[in-house]
Amino acid sequence: MNTLLVASEVKKTFIMHMRGGVELPVVANVSFSLKAGSCAVLGGPSGVGKSSILKMLYGNYGTDSGQILVQHHGRHIDVASASPRTVLEIRRDTIGYVSQFLRAVPRVSALDVAAEPLLIRGVAQETAHERARELFAELNLPEKLWSLPPATFSGGEQQRVNIARGFITDHPILLLDEPTASLDAANREVVISLIARKKAEGAALLGIFHDQDVRTAVADDVIDVSAFAAGKSAA
Amino acid sequence: MSHSDTLEALAAAGIPAPVKPLLSVEGLTRVYGKRIGCADVSFDLWPGEVLAIVGESGSGKTTLLNCISSRLTPTCGTVHYRMRDGASADFYKMAEAERRYLMRTDWGFVHQNPIDGLRMTVSAGANVGERLMAVGNRHYGNIRNTAIEWLSRVEIDEDRVDDQPRTFSGGMRQRLQIARNLVTEPRLVFMDEPTGGLDVSVQARLLDLLRGLVSDLGLAVIVVTHDLAVARLLSDRMIVMKEGRVIEAGLTDRVLDDPRAPYTQLLVSSILQV
Repeated sequence: MNTLLVASEVKKTFIMHMRGGVELPVVANVSFSLKAGSCAVLGGPSGVGKSSILKMLYGNYGTDSGQILVQHHGRHIDVASASPRTVLEIRRDTIGYVSQFLRAVPRVSALDVAAEPLLIRGVAQETAHERARELFAELNLPEKLWSLPPATFSGGEQQRVNIARGFITDHPILLLDEPTASLDAANREVVISLIARKKAEGAALLGIFHDQDVRTAVADDVIDVSAFAAGKSAA
Repeated sequence: MSHSDTLEALAAAGIPAPVKPLLSVEGLTRVYGKRIGCADVSFDLWPGEVLAIVGESGSGKTTLLNCISSRLTPTCGTVHYRMRDGASADFYKMAEAERRYLMRTDWGFVHQNPIDGLRMTVSAGANVGERLMAVGNRHYGNIRNTAIEWLSRVEIDEDRVDDQPRTFSGGMRQRLQIARNLVTEPRLVFMDEPTGGLDVSVQARLLDLLRGLVSDLGLAVIVVTHDLAVARLLSDRMIVMKEGRVIEAGLTDRVLDDPRAPYTQLLVSSILQV
């Protein structure tokens, strides 16, 4: 199978200058790969560094060392050392990300929030909105909310806007940070089927799921993050 | 193989020619006697990219903005700008007239205080139309129509076109200043604290408007702000300044979510949560 992303020996430490420069090791020796058409799940207890790994893959967190090679437009690019411009391009075309929380922008409607990743790739507004409406309907987001800014939505409603935004494109790699955390059973099922569809289309997915049922339903591979605990790096 | 041959080969292979920076700033320094305004600042800005320069008052961010936009002459360093014909020109080696023409047409400058960027005693329509006349438009009807179109783009009612901006609210004045700057379809716009001094709700509206215009027009923007939330909302990349020097630079969300420099960590941790 086609490997779309390879992380090798990635290390991350936070240095807290506000607290006298104390070093907070997060993960070390993170090594794994993601294959087209499959979904890997990051496992391990809270605080072990699962979200930090997703954020490093997305270029949202820096890395201390190691490589994150991504197949981008037919070339291999190291996200960890890529220029900001390249990272933005990778986000636009190659790596999608569904965050845990929606960062609401004042006055921007749910429809525009979800359609934005298509709009920045030059898709016509009408097509992008149509696609967003389809996803909203599939995710059972009440139609009266579509044209409103999501700032005042409930947690579950905001999350569905976020999911629509993440799934609207055909990014070959998709990162999911607890996309089902505040959803009811019916909508969790919708997300499971969306993930299955992405796999069938040949995307490589990497997710964090606290919900055991969802994890069982989607995971082809479990990556145990406690094996990358920073203290173990010397071993 | 010459450069143009290489480009042709790339084009033949279906690979688009690499986009070159619109603006290249190198080693830009401005000293005031013994004091440093800004020191050794270098960066590239690409077409359509929004760069935020952040830091507290006195960090040199406005000095830097003024040095790049020729409102202040740098002590040393260079600013190269890619003209519409694709040639790169050393900004401070251009003839004064050429530089002025560039600033009137290809560049915009949005001041923190709209009074500095508007003519308060002529009508709103004339404020917008004046920039059009500067680039050679002479047809009164066309100028007026374009002005009205731009007023509506910045959400100012058509029936205010003949009013003077001194009768406008702060938020309206700022939106008018933006229309005046964008009407000539510049490629590069400088903004100095564009939302400073506005109410929060007015600020949100302005930010949303700016976001839309920047992406619709594919503008390259350099925005100076002390407000990290404004930087997050508007910019792709960010430069953090302290005492005239760049202490951290990178992707905006990387700098804000994973700040490295002690000073950036202090700035980020000082944001009030609502």
